[in-house]
Amino acid sequence: MLDPRLTIIGERLKSIGQIIVVSSGKGGVGKSLIASTLALILARKGFRVGLLDLDFTSPTTHVTLGVRGLQPSEDKGVVPPEVHGIKYMSLIFYLGDRTSPLRGPEISNAFIEMLAVTRWGSLDMLIIDMPPGIGDLMLDVLKYIRGARFLIITSPSRMAFETVRKLLTLLRDLGAEIIGVIENMKMEDSAHIRREVEALGERFLGEIHFDGRVENALGDVDALLKTDFAKEIEKILEENVMWR
Amino acid sequence: MHEWALAEAIISAVSQIAEREGLKEVREVGLRIGELQQVDREVLGFALSQLKSGKLSNAKFTMRTVRARFKCRVCGNKWLFREAKVSEDVKESIHFIPEVAHAYFRCPRCGSPDFDISSGRGVWISSVRGVK
Ligand SMILES: Nc1ncnc2c1ncn2[C@@H]1O[C@H](COP(=O)(O)OP(=O)(O)O)[C@@H](O)[C@H]1O
Ligand SMILES: [Mg+2]
Ligand SMILES: [Zn+2]
Repeated sequence: MLDPRLTIIGERLKSIGQIIVVSSGKGGVGKSLIASTLALILARKGFRVGLLDLDFTSPTTHVTLGVRGLQPSEDKGVVPPEVHGIKYMSLIFYLGDRTSPLRGPEISNAFIEMLAVTRWGSLDMLIIDMPPGIGDLMLDVLKYIRGARFLIITSPSRMAFETVRKLLTLLRDLGAEIIGVIENMKMEDSAHIRREVEALGERFLGEIHFDGRVENALGDVDALLKTDFAKEIEKILEENVMWR
Repeated sequence: MHEWALAEAIISAVSQIAEREGLKEVREVGLRIGELQQVDREVLGFALSQLKSGKLSNAKFTMRTVRARFKCRVCGNKWLFREAKVSEDVKESIHFIPEVAHAYFRCPRCGSPDFDISSGRGVWISSVRGVK
């Protein structure tokens, strides 16, 4: 018995310039907010951008982007709708506000199904928002998305970095490409994380401060792009020349 | 249609198998169609006939429907998808990503969403026959 979906995944992703997987291992460090804002900024710069929310049990990027009343269309597969110039895909389209409690193999199945049916077309970059954890989905991304590049988010907390370090080690052991580490929600000056990252031989891409104005800007992308939070992401982007 | 995406996947998988097995021509492909995804067999058949080419030009596709069965992981109760009352909207969502069944269904005996889709989830290639 052969699962025909597995052979088509490469085909579906072949016209995508680069795939950036926003991950951490840790939850609550700003992966989703950074992934959506990054996608917005890149789209405004004129890139053809896709955003894929892989947090199946608790997707949130639709909140940041203010996605309402949209649905993918069908044309020999599923075509993601455009949201503020971003081709957007999330399980939210099929869930509404319901919860889908899933176990590991089911997460894999939903992931494979999504990759097999979604027709992104040509993109410069696809940004993937990952759930927390270093489990099934991380392994699936490594297995099925060849050429994925990992953008790692940490908070200034040693507790967050403890997990991030583990993820970095795993990714390195598996030969995955790591773009670098962003330190988010910074409240005080400290070079602690930078030193930790550099000691591991990885790139420290920059820091983003905690910005109290973000919460009220969720769902309003123009307001969001005006926050210091967004400006700091833009600065990191410029300093690292899209990392390529 | 989603059936076209599946057909494309099937054609590409069968081509790969034919290549690997050194087949000159594929004669017959057996497919198992899980009931849960409610694949329109007619549309799938049409899509396959339109997409097949090369070594697959003369291939015949046979389809067998597999009943979708659920088994509760909490109380062990077993039930069938066809016994559940499902609205069109929900069917449509499950059609695209069968796992969202966990958001809409509950074990009819104990109410848990923690159940296994023990069979009939997706589409499988069960056999590929041809000449070397
Ligand atoms: N730099 C920041 N300033 C203010 N709030 C932030 C910042 N980064 C993230 N947040 C907020 O913190 C919470 C967690 O962020 P989220 O992106 O959901 O994290 P994750 O996806 O890693 O779990 C959200 O409410 C988000 O709006
Ligand atoms: Mg998140
Ligand atoms: Zn039960």
